[in-house]
Amino acid sequence: MNKKNTKSIFWEDERVDGADKVTGKAKYTAEHNLPNLAYAVFVTSNIAKGTIKNIDTSKALALNGVLDVIYFANCPAVPGYNTNAADRPKNVTEWRGHKVLYDNKVRFFGQPIALVVADSFENANAAIRFIKPEYEAEAFETNFDKARLNPANLKPAVTYKRGSDTEVKAAASVEAEFNIPIEVHNPMELQATIAYWEAEDKLLLYDKTQGPKSTQGLMARTFGLPEKNVRVIAENVGGAFGSSLRSWSNVPAACIAAKKLNRPVKLVITRPQMFSLIGYRPQAWQKVKIAANAEGNFLSINHEAISNTSRYEDFREGIVDVSKFLYACENVNTKYSILPLDLSTPIWMRGPGEATGCFALESAIDELSYKLKMDPIALRIKNFTAINPENKLPFSDINLKACYDYGMEKIGWKNRPSVPGTLKENGMLIGYGMAVGVFGAGKGAASVRAVLSNDGKLLLECAVSDMGPGTTTSMSKIAAEAMQMPITKIKFKLGDSDLPPGPSQGGSGTTSTVGSAVDLACKTLQLRLKELAIGNAPGFNALTTDALEVKNEMVLSKADASKNIDIVSLLKLAKQDKIDLTINSTGKTPEQLKFTSNSFSSHYVKLAVNPKDGKIKVLQVVTTGDAGKIISPKTARSQMLGGVVGGIGMALTEKLEIDHTTGQIMNASFGAYHVPLHSQIPQIDAWFVNKPDMNVNDIGAKGIGEIALIGFAAAVANAVYNATGKRVRDLPITPDKLGFAKAKA
Amino acid sequence: MKPCNYHDARRGFLKKSAAIAALYLTPSSLIKAFAIDRVVPTPIAKEKLTITLNGKLLNLEIDARTTILNLLREELNFTGTKKGCEMGQCGACTIHINGKRTKSCMQLAVANQNNKITTIEGLTNSEVLHPMQAAFLKHDAFQCGYCTSGQIMSAVACVREGQAKSRDAIKNYMDTNICRCGAYQNIVDAIEEVAKTGIKI
Repeated sequence: MNKKNTKSIFWEDERVDGADKVTGKAKYTAEHNLPNLAYAVFVTSNIAKGTIKNIDTSKALALNGVLDVIYFANCPAVPGYNTNAADRPKNVTEWRGHKVLYDNKVRFFGQPIALVVADSFENANAAIRFIKPEYEAEAFETNFDKARLNPANLKPAVTYKRGSDTEVKAAASVEAEFNIPIEVHNPMELQATIAYWEAEDKLLLYDKTQGPKSTQGLMARTFGLPEKNVRVIAENVGGAFGSSLRSWSNVPAACIAAKKLNRPVKLVITRPQMFSLIGYRPQAWQKVKIAANAEGNFLSINHEAISNTSRYEDFREGIVDVSKFLYACENVNTKYSILPLDLSTPIWMRGPGEATGCFALESAIDELSYKLKMDPIALRIKNFTAINPENKLPFSDINLKACYDYGMEKIGWKNRPSVPGTLKENGMLIGYGMAVGVFGAGKGAASVRAVLSNDGKLLLECAVSDMGPGTTTSMSKIAAEAMQMPITKIKFKLGDSDLPPGPSQGGSGTTSTVGSAVDLACKTLQLRLKELAIGNAPGFNALTTDALEVKNEMVLSKADASKNIDIVSLLKLAKQDKIDLTINSTGKTPEQLKFTSNSFSSHYVKLAVNPKDGKIKVLQVVTTGDAGKIISPKTARSQMLGGVVGGIGMALTEKLEIDHTTGQIMNASFGAYHVPLHSQIPQIDAWFVNKPDMNVNDIGAKGIGEIALIGFAAAVANAVYNATGKRVRDLPITPDKLGFAKAKA
Repeated sequence: MKPCNYHDARRGFLKKSAAIAALYLTPSSLIKAFAIDRVVPTPIAKEKLTITLNGKLLNLEIDARTTILNLLREELNFTGTKKGCEMGQCGACTIHINGKRTKSCMQLAVANQNNKITTIEGLTNSEVLHPMQAAFLKHDAFQCGYCTSGQIMSAVACVREGQAKSRDAIKNYMDTNICRCGAYQNIVDAIEEVAKTGIKI
């Protein structure tokens, strides 16, 4: 078969589940109908900290259709909630702090304190206002900027030191502080759970989760059940970006209500609740100091960070990690602490800590380039390293220079003014900026079941989820290429904990981890087919498996293609209705561990600043990804575009506002928390190096989700500086921070 | 429907909501004084409602408080229309009422007596995709797919109303529909392509 045909048959580029999504057929968590379904809604606290003395539920219970109001005084026993360590099921790390509906402590404003269950959504909602809690309020602290100044408030720091910390003689140095506000994931689908106890000890959950297995395990432990008695279905996930990486209060609450009422219960949290109940990117303060010699070689990098966590759980992320390894530098010091506040617990948000860290590091490098009078890309090339300086292992592959070449050309880098604030077009100040992003490229363990039926169709199964990147499509493509068969005959099933175990979708690891398992399953399947041919097909018995290949839905001799048998006939001949196998794919092999693996990106921004009012308009974006082989070009490009959109929000508009006198979130809606809209997005050019990295896994592919965002906010900040000469180190970069005259109302 | 300038709308919204915000920010001790102390009549009034849903005449008895969005999703099992905020801010619930794009979470069902309602499920009654659905598929104009129904319903209205004359015009019209996965560029590509064909959709 010639290459052209291969392309047209094996590479149909639409999402395999796309038709379901454009016709509204795809079912998301809250859309599953169960008979006798009850509706639950949370009642949330309107104090930030304290004890609930009593909740008067009598008026609510008297209302039409209200079935129950569950709260600490009437919550049934939950084994995982036991405070006595000896009575707790093993490994339940959750619910030590916030035992929803069970204890009477309030730990943050908007915490669920009761659950109304009614026979209809309307009846449940109508009851909320009739529920009267009485509190004993306590003093609280939600002000990060104030609390971080007292070292006694911080948890012990994690430090890292390489080389010397004595003052080196530098030709130029930059020392600056950076601030990132709380950002909220805000996926479009509301967090939801439908819980149904099929039997006393058997739980069925439709749950919005990035990890069906992780939810299954946690709920089994929480309710003291064998894992096999809990089934979690998350067929379609309407965005998450990290917010569904753990089970939040909605999951046990729905389970408790369903158990207490002995009927299925649906709990969908509201948009305002999405701002406080399912995590957020923590607020962070950072201080970066970089020193360089006259040639631009980095002499030292110091990176210090503090980010917030809740009072009841520690949440840490990799804010200072990139500074340890992205550039060649002998002397590196990092320090990272967390600051507990009376807020809910954060969670990884797209690009997690690396996005926070790269904003500071990549802004500081840009700042240094002006002091050195060097081009910022030249400065980065000057400090390029192919060996990770932290662990001294070579990068499995790194093609940042190719990214720079593409980005410079396409954004028109040659037009960038070397003196900031000097380029004007139509009265607008024009600036160019760029920055780099990096994220680890892992490969974990996963199991995949492959079922090849005698109708020639291949079914693959793994309990991973797809929150939007197109996992179903990319896995189908990996199988199509491995099996050399049409993608239309392949179905990849996910989103069900009953399937063979797979990872949670997160950390840009799905394609590498599950893709490797799919590839291994297909290779194992091919071996079985060859053995079957040798044992059953006429004329094959003298051949070895090495002499055979599987392609075009046939088993054939490599030496003589006319000696072949199609798969359907082979299975019929062997009297098998299917080949059904399950493989276990492991994490990185010793050979792969000789390398350190990362995906890289670089982002280029051209923007205009109105000198009258400081309003910023992003005019053009080029984004480049170095993530090994691109399995599914169309969906991969979409991920890069999405990273840019998220990055524009992070850079220019997104900030959670808290009233520190009450602890209440003030902008818990899309009307007040500004995510990017159509008209804020310029033309984006997304490009990939698209070179297989065979040192990371057998498919040569690395993750894209995080690098699409990491570094982008710095590219915007650097472009704003280039346009205006004003360095903004506090996100988001709103017009007021540029100090231009205010616009007339 | 006149083209929506979201930024102006946002400013207007902020001004109007200043008074509401003041109430929100009041210390909880003061809020208690405002607590509503009455009981909703039991049982809740049921209303009769006649609508044409995707070409089919329906005679319903509904809770007077239900929105079209909840009627569709919870009572009629038409889950293609999505719930994203229930505040009229995200556009995921966009449908057509008597041919006009409307946010269904902002519409009490009872206020729609004899109205013709079209949802994503009724955009085409053949097995073939509607041209806008096909364009969304071709341009990968979505990722998670949750905002997609609303985007497509708005997109169809955009072209029908002649608002798709330029990319900027499309973007302004579509500012009513949030896509958190960030498929905006592909969505505009899809709408632009359908508009350029000039076919009646």
